[in-house]
Amino acid sequence: MDKEATREAKTAYLLVAPSLIVIGVIALFPILRSLWMSFYAIDLTLPQLGRPFVGLANYLEIFTDSRFWAALWNTTYFTVISVTLELVLGLAIAMLVNRPFAGRGLLRASVLIPWAIPTVVSAQMWRWIFNDKAGILGSLLQNFKILSEPYPWLASVETARLCIIAADVWKTTPFMVLLLLAGLQTISPEYYEAAMVDGATPFRRFLHVTLPLLKPIILVALLFRTLDAFRIFDLVYVLTGGAFKTETLSVLTSDVTFKCSDYGQGSALAVVMFCCIMVISFIFIKVLGAKVEE
Amino acid sequence: MKSNRLEKAVFFTVLSLFLLVILFPFYWQFVTSIKSDEEIWKIPPSLFPQVTYWDNYVRIFKLHNFARYLWNSAMVASLTTIFSLIVGAFSAYALAKLKFRGKHLILSLVLSVSMFPPIAIAPSLFMTLKQMHMINTYWALILPYTTFALPLALWNLTAFFRQLPNELQEAARVDGCSFFQTFWKILLPLTAPGLFTTGILVFIAAWNEFLFALTFTTEDRMRTVPVGIALFPGEYTAPWGQIAAASVVVTIPLVLLVLAFQRRIVAGLTAGAVKG
Repeated sequence: MDKEATREAKTAYLLVAPSLIVIGVIALFPILRSLWMSFYAIDLTLPQLGRPFVGLANYLEIFTDSRFWAALWNTTYFTVISVTLELVLGLAIAMLVNRPFAGRGLLRASVLIPWAIPTVVSAQMWRWIFNDKAGILGSLLQNFKILSEPYPWLASVETARLCIIAADVWKTTPFMVLLLLAGLQTISPEYYEAAMVDGATPFRRFLHVTLPLLKPIILVALLFRTLDAFRIFDLVYVLTGGAFKTETLSVLTSDVTFKCSDYGQGSALAVVMFCCIMVISFIFIKVLGAKVEE
Repeated sequence: MKSNRLEKAVFFTVLSLFLLVILFPFYWQFVTSIKSDEEIWKIPPSLFPQVTYWDNYVRIFKLHNFARYLWNSAMVASLTTIFSLIVGAFSAYALAKLKFRGKHLILSLVLSVSMFPPIAIAPSLFMTLKQMHMINTYWALILPYTTFALPLALWNLTAFFRQLPNELQEAARVDGCSFFQTFWKILLPLTAPGLFTTGILVFIAAWNEFLFALTFTTEDRMRTVPVGIALFPGEYTAPWGQIAAASVVVTIPLVLLVLAFQRRIVAGLTAGAVKG
């Protein structure tokens, strides 16, 4: 029997080895290398300078640079507003469609399409809708006399970040609906019947039945959406390129690393970004009690 | 009775509005793709094109390397899917059906990878790939894509393996199969639906990825579709008709995939979050 157990464990380790190697080589090693690189000055375009050790200089430079703080603020602002909107809209729509009706399959299919297309494609769609000359948004608003002349939605500090939020909400709310709908369908109707017998109003039923039972799913959905929103890159890259106060941490890191060829500082930014994600995950899992493991 | 009717009216109004908001951008992109350059810039824009004009579709293939981008994307996404499924299925079987120490640790590790921001490894991975002369190769994309797809693959497949009765494995063992044979010959074929669903999800993720594709390819001939569409060059202004045509070409296969397998996709997507 012992022999059997050893054989079983041996096979198991052999089978998980490829996964561990892939994760080790392409996720863990690069993050350690980023940490190591962040203490050096590395410019690939100027190899004659070598790679001098600079200690914490890269980090000092980041934390004294207003561009970093602006990007951190933009990222946080974007994350909080879009994820909140997505949750509220997603929950409202999920509750609305949580009933049998004709055309439900059509709804599910159309909800999946924004999720399935590349973010770059949806970004280009919205970039065209927001176009200042022939964009349909400006044209519609002018038609209804809300706007008197064309407005540069994507080239103005007031509206550029709102456009990015709108495009993100459009693409990810459907996903939220699917997730929450699946959660709603696991709630037994008996709970609602019992609440109705007790004379609970629809609002109280929502507050005391739906929300508590849905809480675990909401927390998981929020965690993954927050992490996803925090690393936003594609939408910003296509819609504004980071101009008009829309630069996020991912866009800044990519710009410093690949456009300015400052790999030391880029790595330091990557490490900072990694730490931010760790803090967010920690808050969700340890403080709010999101259960992400099976 | 009256309130019931009102409720129904509100329900269908909100639902139609929701569908309109979701579907309109697709319609608009399609209409733009079949407009002539002149009509595209007409103010106010026409909701229905006056003349259908298919030249934009011809131009993306003639003026740009669009066919090459499609080929690159197809190669990278297919190979990523195959690798993720192979590596993922091995581990998922072990995690679901075998007893060994460190299971919890491995699951937490995989979970942490699913939270990883890709940008956090982009600078150092670029350096490593450059040193290994792998920039502008398919491997530069397939390797990180497989890594980031592994959590998804592992999760879904582990759930599928768990559904198979333990008696199957025990019977196979009694008949003299090794653990590996049990996995390979008996259990794996039974998880075919799971492999298929997971494969679709991984394929879509790899097909759509942008950050690594943008940074790890520097030559036009190695670009994938998302990079091609993001960097569509224009002489004076962005060539909107062509961008729209390219978007339609990429969207159609995804729409067909979604229509054909919507039940499976939804099940696969919600499996991780909702445990019933």
